[in-house]
Amino acid sequence: MSAMLKNSGAAALSEIERLSVESLRGRIGTSVWGGGVLLSLFALPLEGVLHLCAVLGDRKKSDIELLLAPVEGTGYPAITASVHQAHLFEREIAEQYDIRPEGHPWLKPVRFHEPYRKGAGVFGAERPGPAVWDYFRMKGEEIHEVAVGPVHAGIIEPGHFRFQCHGENVYHLEIQLGFQHRGIERAIPANPARRLFYMETAAGDTTAAHATAYCRIAEALSDCRPSPRAEAARAIALELERLANHTGDMGALAGDVGYLPTMSFCGRIRGDFLNMTALLCGSRFGRGLLEEGGTRFDITPAIAAELSRRLDAAQADVAGAVGLLWKNPSVLARFEGTGVVSAETAAELGLVGPAARACGLKIDARADFPSGHYLTGAPETVALETGDVYARAMVRWLEMQQSLDFIRRTLPAAQGDSGFCRCGAFKPESAAVCVEEGWRGELCHVAFTDKGGKLSHYKITDPSFKNWTGLALALRGQQISDFPLCNKSFNLSYCGVDL
Amino acid sequence: MIKALIERLRQKERTIEFPGGTPVLPERFRGLPAFGAGRLPAGSPAQCPVGAISEDGPVLLDLGKCIFCGRCEKFSGGAISFGRDYRLAVSDRRSLLHRGGELALARALDEKSRAIFGRSLKLRQVSAGGCNACEADVNVLGTPVFDLGRFGVQFVASPRHADGLLITGPVTKNMESALRATYDAVPEPKIVIAAGACAISGGIYSGHAETRGIPADIPVSLYIPGCPPHPLTILDGILRLLGKINR
Repeated sequence: MSAMLKNSGAAALSEIERLSVESLRGRIGTSVWGGGVLLSLFALPLEGVLHLCAVLGDRKKSDIELLLAPVEGTGYPAITASVHQAHLFEREIAEQYDIRPEGHPWLKPVRFHEPYRKGAGVFGAERPGPAVWDYFRMKGEEIHEVAVGPVHAGIIEPGHFRFQCHGENVYHLEIQLGFQHRGIERAIPANPARRLFYMETAAGDTTAAHATAYCRIAEALSDCRPSPRAEAARAIALELERLANHTGDMGALAGDVGYLPTMSFCGRIRGDFLNMTALLCGSRFGRGLLEEGGTRFDITPAIAAELSRRLDAAQADVAGAVGLLWKNPSVLARFEGTGVVSAETAAELGLVGPAARACGLKIDARADFPSGHYLTGAPETVALETGDVYARAMVRWLEMQQSLDFIRRTLPAAQGDSGFCRCGAFKPESAAVCVEEGWRGELCHVAFTDKGGKLSHYKITDPSFKNWTGLALALRGQQISDFPLCNKSFNLSYCGVDL
Repeated sequence: MIKALIERLRQKERTIEFPGGTPVLPERFRGLPAFGAGRLPAGSPAQCPVGAISEDGPVLLDLGKCIFCGRCEKFSGGAISFGRDYRLAVSDRRSLLHRGGELALARALDEKSRAIFGRSLKLRQVSAGGCNACEADVNVLGTPVFDLGRFGVQFVASPRHADGLLITGPVTKNMESALRATYDAVPEPKIVIAAGACAISGGIYSGHAETRGIPADIPVSLYIPGCPPHPLTILDGILRLLGKINR
């Protein structure tokens, strides 16, 4: 039997296909090489046995498939050996459940915490911090290593970067996170009262997307259907989040090439978009807007009119601010050809979001796995081909224009009393999946319930989990001085990975 | 160049008048809570996701724990309601135990410290498990809207250049030693600012084995509540500390 789901669907555990690890590996390979997507891969204890769970997506059919494979003993043949984009997932599995993916090419912890259970002793008894671990090193008389972080120069989250350099040229960059690990995934089943707040702060600049994903999971597990108005309001919150962050990124990219007018304008306009979210719910980050079963705040006609007025003003301002970039030869000279990732590499790594679309991959969960209001029509998926900083900037700007139009189209449907559908008890022994297109790319939530209908396992996959390796590869062959610009062009989340 | 100048004229000057002007806050903004005369319905404290509401007696809300989610407005039957006052920063942890009425807002540093920091305060920001919301709304103080530089305050790239730290996040186990090293690297005399519920109390991560909190031997001069605090709440707190706001 095979449980073929649509986005935000649920299935009984008995409907989920069980297979051997060997077959699972084959199925993942067939899917990924055929243009499918490995949405998530993780381990969970089920009926007293550790299982691998793969979540595969078929973009053409909008189908999502859950597969389970029991793991016997202390190891299994690594899936990464044939499907490279599984690499960080398998490091996570090894760390959480102390089980060895045999043949994994670079087996290191992800978050540097104690394993959830005693197993093969994969990483030994000693647990030094993230920065104190073996890193890939180049050898040679004129080779030098540059170590950066965890505390960075700006107001930014912590992470550790090791560059292997020859002169100014970077041959290899290894990125190690884990400093932000707060234990979210383990706390979600144990602490129902805080669940929504864990989602809102899993990656604090992606509040709307993670909270929406969780709400849809809860609704799928309790057969609750939010009103179309609530769905429209959620879509508006998601697009405002995209607009605010993309605007901030355009300003930051301008700042990193020393073009201050756009940096200054966009710094302010980003706030204008955040304040539009605050207009809806009082919080610039959308805290408190979403709840299982709907939204906590209605969009009144007065708020809709004000939002519409502000959108017009912000659109004119951002068009002027960003427009300067495309006319300035010194900006373009720094953007073009910097930090190139090829379409092949992007596909192999399973990159998502603007970073993938900049390489020519036409993928977007809003169109590929639509749910909620996006079922009535998603913004057009925009993609470029050059895979450089320029493409990552331009994709954002094109997306912003789409988002602005989308919000205007959606606003009438979001107005008025959105009502509320109270989520009842969760269905026992079930699983639910939700995929949302956050502003950095698609994120995936998976939940399992036990016999009593309680959440027994919750898996969050943030887009940054897939994209950090893209940044590392973008740096190869670059000057180390291009790191800030390349980094900003990806602008990935640390806490979204560390959870 | 001419295009940039024309655009500059079109974008206008947008720096807010502060302190002194009337800050514009969203209508649904949740700031300083007020308490009605009624008692809390039984079981209210247990419904607060972060345990910010005291068990019995008159209403007592710990603003150091509060994430301003506003759910207590409903389950308290109106006994708690959030106002729009954004001024929330205080000098002592105890001042955040809010019993209604006015908060004992942050005091200015002593005269000697103000002589050193009053006209030029350089801060190093350490995110120690922050979700990037506190960080983002600290960062925004550097935009032309708030223009932090006009008050002589600047975020710097090295603890050696800093007069103090602004800490965000619940201080994860994995950031404990980096925070300590950064604090030690700041020359004396130095100040520490805890921004956001996580830095003050662990916030929604309180009680997690993975978080530690700011070590007890690192003295905190300013507590800025919120999840995240509004940029104006942060700016107001810093300016109070420097004696630039007294009312």
